[in-house]
Amino acid sequence: MTTHYLVLSALLFAIGGIGVLVRRNAIVVFMCVELMLNACNLAFVTFARQNGNIDGQVIAFFVMIVAAAEVVIGLAIIVTIFRTRRSASVDDASLLKY
Amino acid sequence: MGETITFWVLAVVSVSAALGLVFSRKAVYCALMLGVVMLSLAILYAVQDAPFLAAVQIIVYTGAVMMLFLFVLMLVGVDSSDSLVETIRGQRFWAVVAGLAFAALVALGVGNVVFAPAVGLGAVNAAGNVPSLAELIFTRYVFAFEVTSALLITAALGAMVLAHRERLEQKATQRELSRERFVKYGEEGIDPSPLPGPGTYARANAIDMPALLPDGKISKLSVNRYIARYEAEEGTIDPKVAEILEGEDK
Repeated sequence: MTTHYLVLSALLFAIGGIGVLVRRNAIVVFMCVELMLNACNLAFVTFARQNGNIDGQVIAFFVMIVAAAEVVIGLAIIVTIFRTRRSASVDDASLLKY
Repeated sequence: MGETITFWVLAVVSVSAALGLVFSRKAVYCALMLGVVMLSLAILYAVQDAPFLAAVQIIVYTGAVMMLFLFVLMLVGVDSSDSLVETIRGQRFWAVVAGLAFAALVALGVGNVVFAPAVGLGAVNAAGNVPSLAELIFTRYVFAFEVTSALLITAALGAMVLAHRERLEQKATQRELSRERFVKYGEEGIDPSPLPGPGTYARANAIDMPALLPDGKISKLSVNRYIARYEAEEGTIDPKVAEILEGEDK
């Protein structure tokens, strides 16, 4: 069963990665990042059971905390960018290029 | 056996929801799809002897994080859809190729590993999942736990700083606003009074009832264009309102 869970986790991670690369809406990109974090958590929990060691669950718990903090800051940044540029597209924020 | 069935059902659900997240046009659908993925992952945690994480997943992710996402989505504008213009030529195609290649790489790599039968968490969880997690968090990981609290405080402060807006100019007073309205009336002929509400002088005050002028005609300003267009499609539109709309379209 361990392999099944890990393959599912890898699939979800890859789908999230494709989403980050393909989508242009900053909020949707952010959701895809969350999906990748969730996929990692699934792998952590699976390995915790595989090894009979609860440390994996603790790490997954910390990942969740960091993800929550990241969402708060990320969404605040998106709102700030939207306020100045009237757009939530990642293509529009390209001033650093020039 | 029960676990196998649960796994396959939830695997199909979560992968298709994840694909929906990537491919659906509307951002709100994306958020709902992400919610489905998170809920199915919560059940998978519960199946894998991690009841505490399952509860935290539902409370933190589907509860707090998803609500925050939806909140910002409504703030930023629900209809802010993706632009279809590619800034880098062929970027979408190569992104999908790279993603599929990565999935194949990891899946094959993991698939080729032969795992010993899972040890299981029966012994560790004997005292209960939450007490054994708490023991680890407050002994071996206590420093990480303290750092986490600093991180959360920093995040809260950061969000407040980012969301705060300095007022650069004085707020317009009511006097200035009304002066502005009448200047506009004088220069452009825009009526200074508020728009007539729907249903004024009419027998009903539903939003789809246009206001009547004293001479019984319909006030153009009070016709809700959105509802009128919808009603025109349905064929339930008031003929008088339809006249006004027709006059506009031409």
